[in-house]
Amino acid sequence: MFYREAGDFKTSYASDQQTFPIKLDRYFVWGVLAIAFLVIPFVINDYWEKSVLVPFLVWAMAALGLNILTGYCGQVSLGTGGFMAVGAYACYKLMVAFPEMNMFLVVILAGLITAMVGIAFGLPSLRIKGFYLAVATLAAQFFLVWLFNKVPWFYNYSASGQISAPERTVFDIAVTGPNAPPWATYLFCLILVVVFAYVARNLTRGRTGRSWMAIRDMDIAAEIIGVPPLQAKLSAFAISSFYIGMSGAMFFAIYLGSAEPTEAFGIDKSFLVLFMVIVGGLGSILGSFLGAAFMILIPVLLKNIMVGVLGWPADLAAHIEFLLIGALIMIFLIAEPHGLAQLWRVTKEKLRLWPFPH
Amino acid sequence: MSPDFLNLIEVILNGLMAGIMYALVALGFVLIFKASGIFNYAQGVMALFAALTLVGFQTGQVPFAHLINAIFGTNVHHWGDGMNTFLAILLTMGVMILFAWLVERFVLKHLVNQEPIILFMATIGLAFFMEGFGDLMWGADIKNMDVGLPSGGSFWWEDVTKTWAAEGAEYYGMYIDVLDVWAAGIAILLVIALTLFSQYTKTGRALRAVADDHQAALTVGISLRSIWVVVWSIAGFVALVAGIMWGSKSGVQFSLSLIALKALPVLILGGFTSIPGAIIGGLIIGVGEKLFEYTIGGMIGGATENWFAYVLALFFLMFRPQGLFGERIIERV
Repeated sequence: MFYREAGDFKTSYASDQQTFPIKLDRYFVWGVLAIAFLVIPFVINDYWEKSVLVPFLVWAMAALGLNILTGYCGQVSLGTGGFMAVGAYACYKLMVAFPEMNMFLVVILAGLITAMVGIAFGLPSLRIKGFYLAVATLAAQFFLVWLFNKVPWFYNYSASGQISAPERTVFDIAVTGPNAPPWATYLFCLILVVVFAYVARNLTRGRTGRSWMAIRDMDIAAEIIGVPPLQAKLSAFAISSFYIGMSGAMFFAIYLGSAEPTEAFGIDKSFLVLFMVIVGGLGSILGSFLGAAFMILIPVLLKNIMVGVLGWPADLAAHIEFLLIGALIMIFLIAEPHGLAQLWRVTKEKLRLWPFPH
Repeated sequence: MSPDFLNLIEVILNGLMAGIMYALVALGFVLIFKASGIFNYAQGVMALFAALTLVGFQTGQVPFAHLINAIFGTNVHHWGDGMNTFLAILLTMGVMILFAWLVERFVLKHLVNQEPIILFMATIGLAFFMEGFGDLMWGADIKNMDVGLPSGGSFWWEDVTKTWAAEGAEYYGMYIDVLDVWAAGIAILLVIALTLFSQYTKTGRALRAVADDHQAALTVGISLRSIWVVVWSIAGFVALVAGIMWGSKSGVQFSLSLIALKALPVLILGGFTSIPGAIIGGLIIGVGEKLFEYTIGGMIGGATENWFAYVLALFFLMFRPQGLFGERIIERV
């Protein structure tokens, strides 16, 4: 009754092939975007910015990146943390070297640099697959973090070995540094995430995305029907690293402000993003957002309940959080291997037939 | 012999010892992978959990004391002076068997016929779960493990090696941790025991049948589910041994679970399906990373042990994707 595609006639190829072909989907997306752009910036405060919205956007970007690689192209990567570190350090070097540069450009350039590193570490994927590749990406994770720890050029020879983001602006509004207003940092991240989510959605619908999915489903068969594995795998690595690099840059410059590689970009971050992708749904753009929201909100919620309401000590809450997250991952894999996105699809399917399901 | 050469020998010896420790963890992986095709990421956390439980029993901690105190406002922590080490080991083994049964009952049973990568991610979830559970049960503080194994440098070896050095050279002997030697001995015993078990017992034969072909094993009346419980119990036992060794060496703490990550390159080198491969892979990684740190590491900033094993495995994969002793990977459309 509410969700129908009947009666939504298309009269041109353009309207038939638009990003969201169903009218109600389109209205829904526009509605969400309207709230995100026109309402939230006016009501946002420091707490919501720092502990919910900005981390959600940053991790959604990372989850998008990993979903392209793991969900669409089927190459499991445990090197997300390392690639985020590349993005962060590239961003830092650019911010310091070109103080006048627009922050959008800085973040995108940082993403491009990460994409090149991603291609280099993606090369083994042409020869190895599955777990073996996962271990190979671990090499990226540990090597990159070690590199940023040990080579002083990356952190500009600062005594503490940390990098910290100087104040940089977009059209004279500060988006990094301690003086940046919450709405500015939020909008900055939001614009990047929305634009690149749109790009990702269309990439995965097109030729590139289809070749990734062919490789994922069976690479030998894909090769036989004429999908070039070299191009498909390396482009997946490049684009995925591009997204992850941008998310690393935002994570460092906007969210953290200052970072130390072992702490900020450790292996636990790789797992966090992997969990987001699993929980949200492998091979789904919407799933990346749902997964990121889930994994960001659950700890905040649990902490508020256990420490705030029940008054338990914080370390106890942390242990229970670990336990619950592990259990949730297993429950998701058992009950719904396709993640939250599949639940959404099922709901839509039910809505189409409601109230007469037979 | 010149001191430099002796130092090199010392580095290699210590690398071999470290390699045995890696191999101990890798063994558990291989066992589970062979029998069920599951790459069990939680093996490292199982070692941590086993070690935590053992120390908990030994010192007589009250399980979940922290949680109980938080809920009821009490202040319990110990129920007595603890128990005999041998008894504690037996009890811990019981806990690991119970754990194996629970995993089979609540997780694996529902994931039959899923893709390997899904199973792998499920074990990552399991690892997180166990880590939280272990900390919740026994507390997250660093604990000392003492099961009566000797430790510390061997003076005898130091004296012997001192005489090897050239006359008048500044050399003070080699350092070998006695505990590492014990670990090596125990690892060898473990491998012999596992080999005997799988060759000469009925269950062992069933295990090998399952590893060979699941369906064929089912048709001759082997219960896959009970075999899985057995395999996970054995892996739990190996984890317990690894946990005791690592725990005695560096204390029972969170970083124990990270040795699982170190075991990955070991497996890649040795191949996922070969027990001797796990041992030899461990030795190669152990010696390789110590030698690299000793010769080149100092020049490029040190602490190369963090990543060298993975990079070595990566290069190795380029030339031999199935590992040294792994079965050849054949793919069909």
